[in-house]
Amino acid sequence: MGICHTYTEDGRCVSLLKILLTNHCIYDCLYCVSRKSNNIKRAAFTVDEVVELTINFYRRNYIEGLFLSSGIFKDADFTMERLVKVAKKLRQEHKFNGYIHLKTIPGARDELMREAGLYADRLSVNLELPTSSGLKLLAPDKNHKDMIKPMASIQQDILKFKEEKKLIKSTPIFAPAGQSSQMIIGATNESDLDIIKTSSTLYQKFNLKRVYFSGYVPVLEHQNLPMLGTPVPLVRENRLYQTDWLMRFYQFNPQEIVNETYPNLDLEIDPKLSWALRNRGHFPVDVNKADYHMILRIPGVGVKSAKKIVAARKFGALNLDKLRKLGIAMNRAQHFIACGNHIGISDMDSLTLRQMILQNGKSKFSANFSPQLSLFQ
Amino acid sequence: MSFLIYDGTFDGLMTAVFESYALKLESPQVYTKDQLGPQLFEQVLEVSSDEEKALRVKTKIKSILGQNGLQMLWKATLSEGAEVGNIVLGVVRYALKTEKNILKDYGHPSVLSLQEIMKKLSRERHRMTAFVRFKLASDQVYYATIEPDFDVLPLISDHFKNRYADQKWMIFDLKRNYGIFYDLRKVIPVEFHNPEAGQSLSVISIEWDETEKEFQSLWKNYFKSTNIASRKNTKLHLQHVPRRYWKYLVEK
Ligand code: SF4
Repeated sequence: MGICHTYTEDGRCVSLLKILLTNHCIYDCLYCVSRKSNNIKRAAFTVDEVVELTINFYRRNYIEGLFLSSGIFKDADFTMERLVKVAKKLRQEHKFNGYIHLKTIPGARDELMREAGLYADRLSVNLELPTSSGLKLLAPDKNHKDMIKPMASIQQDILKFKEEKKLIKSTPIFAPAGQSSQMIIGATNESDLDIIKTSSTLYQKFNLKRVYFSGYVPVLEHQNLPMLGTPVPLVRENRLYQTDWLMRFYQFNPQEIVNETYPNLDLEIDPKLSWALRNRGHFPVDVNKADYHMILRIPGVGVKSAKKIVAARKFGALNLDKLRKLGIAMNRAQHFIACGNHIGISDMDSLTLRQMILQNGKSKFSANFSPQLSLFQ
Repeated sequence: MSFLIYDGTFDGLMTAVFESYALKLESPQVYTKDQLGPQLFEQVLEVSSDEEKALRVKTKIKSILGQNGLQMLWKATLSEGAEVGNIVLGVVRYALKTEKNILKDYGHPSVLSLQEIMKKLSRERHRMTAFVRFKLASDQVYYATIEPDFDVLPLISDHFKNRYADQKWMIFDLKRNYGIFYDLRKVIPVEFHNPEAGQSLSVISIEWDETEKEFQSLWKNYFKSTNIASRKNTKLHLQHVPRRYWKYLVEK
C-alpha cells in the first residue's frame, strides 16, 4: 500500500507495521505456527503498546500505517474487541491519519465488525485455503461459510454507508480501502484453476480490492500436508499474481488464462506470454492500428507502455526505432507486433518460439520472483 | 552559434527564451554560468531575469501546453541538469512552431528528453517521500536531513504538509544548504547562514527527545524481524534501495 519505506534484504517492500497482537490461539489449523498443539512460546501485545509503536513509527516516516492481525485468544469477540480498540485509539486519541488494515476474526459480533470498518481503511477476511475440501482437511474447526458471511456483510456496509453519504455529507466512509482476502497455496493439492476460480468469485461477488496468495511454508510433518522440506512455491505464487494482474488491469477473462484444458499455469513463462503462444491467430498486432485492448495483450508491453503507444502514434506512425525510444522492451514484443516494415514472426510454431524467447531472456525468467516486482515489462 | 546565459531560475530561463525570439537567434543554446565554461569564439549573451518578459512566455506556453505543461517545464529545471535549459527551449520552440500540445510526441528528441527528466525527478521525489527519516528533538520538532540528486524539496513539501499536519517538522537539504520548515500552519523555507563556508545543519547539534533512541532501536529490530535470511537477494535489494540512500535509513 502506498509508499515502500524500506525493503527487506530479500527485496520485499516494507510499508506497513505488521503486527500479530498475539500468537495464542484456541484453534489448531495444521498449516499455522500459532496452532494450539504447537509447542511454542506464547506472547501478546497490549492495546497501548501497539498504539504507541504505530504512532511513533508513523510520525518518524518509517511506515504508512498498521496491519494488525491476531491469533484467537478466548473467543472471536474477545479478540476482535482488542483489534478494534487499537484502531479506535489511534484515530480518536492520536488523530492518526495513516493507514489501518485489520484482519477481522470470523464469528465476531456484527457490531464489532461494523465498528472496525469505521476506523480501519481496509478489512480483510482470510479464506485461508482456496477450496472448502482443503479447509476441511487441514482446519476441521473452520469452514468457508463462516468466512463468506462477514465478507458479505462488510460489502453491504460499504455500499450502505456510500448511499447514506450521498444524502448526509457527514456520514463516515466505511472501510474506504475496501476489503481483501488471503489464501495459502500449495498446502493442499488444488489446481491453479481452483485458485483462480475462487479468487475471481471473490472479486465478482464481494467486490474485493485484492486477493493475496501466500506460498505454503512447511511447518509440520503430517499425512495431510506436503512433506517438510518441500520448497515454498514462490514461482507459482508469482504466476498467480501475474494472472491476478491480467484480470484486473489487462482486461483478461480468467477462463482465457486457466481452464479445463489448461488447469495449471506454465511456471517457466508468464501467463500473458503463455496466452499469446496459445492464441497466435491474434498476432502480429499492428501497433499503429490496433485498439488499446489488443495492444495490452502484446507480450512485453505493460499498461504504461500500451498507453504511451496509443498516445504517441497520434503524432505519426511508429516504427521499431520509435518503439524502442518509448522504452518498450522489444526482446519479447518484437515477435508479436507489426509496424512499418517490421512484421513479427508468424510462421514459427509456438513451441520453437517459446524456446527462443526463453533462451534470449534467461535471466528474466529464472530466479527471484516476488509479488512486489513489476510484473510485466 | 549563440549562447544565452541565464541565472538558473525558471523566470530567468523564460526570459532567455523570450530573448532568443526577440533577437531572432538561429540555433540558440541556453546555459547557466556554471554550466557553460569560458567561450572564446562564440557569441555569449547574458540575460537578466525579467518578470514581464517571463510572464509573456509563460502565458504563451500555458495557452498551448496547459497549466500542467508549464508546471512540467518548471519541474524539469529542478533537475539541475546541464542540458535542461536547452531541453526546455527545444520543447517550447517545437510547441510554438506547431501550436499544438506536443508533450506526448515521444518521437521528438526534446520531448523525449523532457519526459526522461520527469521520470528521473519523479523517482527521486518518490524516494525522498519514502526514505526521509524524522528524529524527534527535545523541542518536539521532527528533523530530517537529505542529500537528493535533484532539488526536490519543492516537490515533496505538500506531501509532508498533508501527511504530518499536526506535528512540527523540518527537512533539510544538506547538498543545497536549505530546508523547509512546517510550523503547523504553513511550510517556510529556511537557510542557515554560517560564517564558515561548507558548514551546514550537520554541525548544528540538536538535543534529541529522550524516547528517540528507543524508537530507533525498536524500528531496527522490527526491520530485522521482517527479513527472511534464506531468501536474501542483494541485487534486488540494491535495486530498490541504492547504497547512496542508506545513510538516511535508521534501519541500515
Ligand atoms: S485460527 Fe488463525 S492463528 Fe489460530 S491456528 Fe488457525 S490460522 Fe493460526
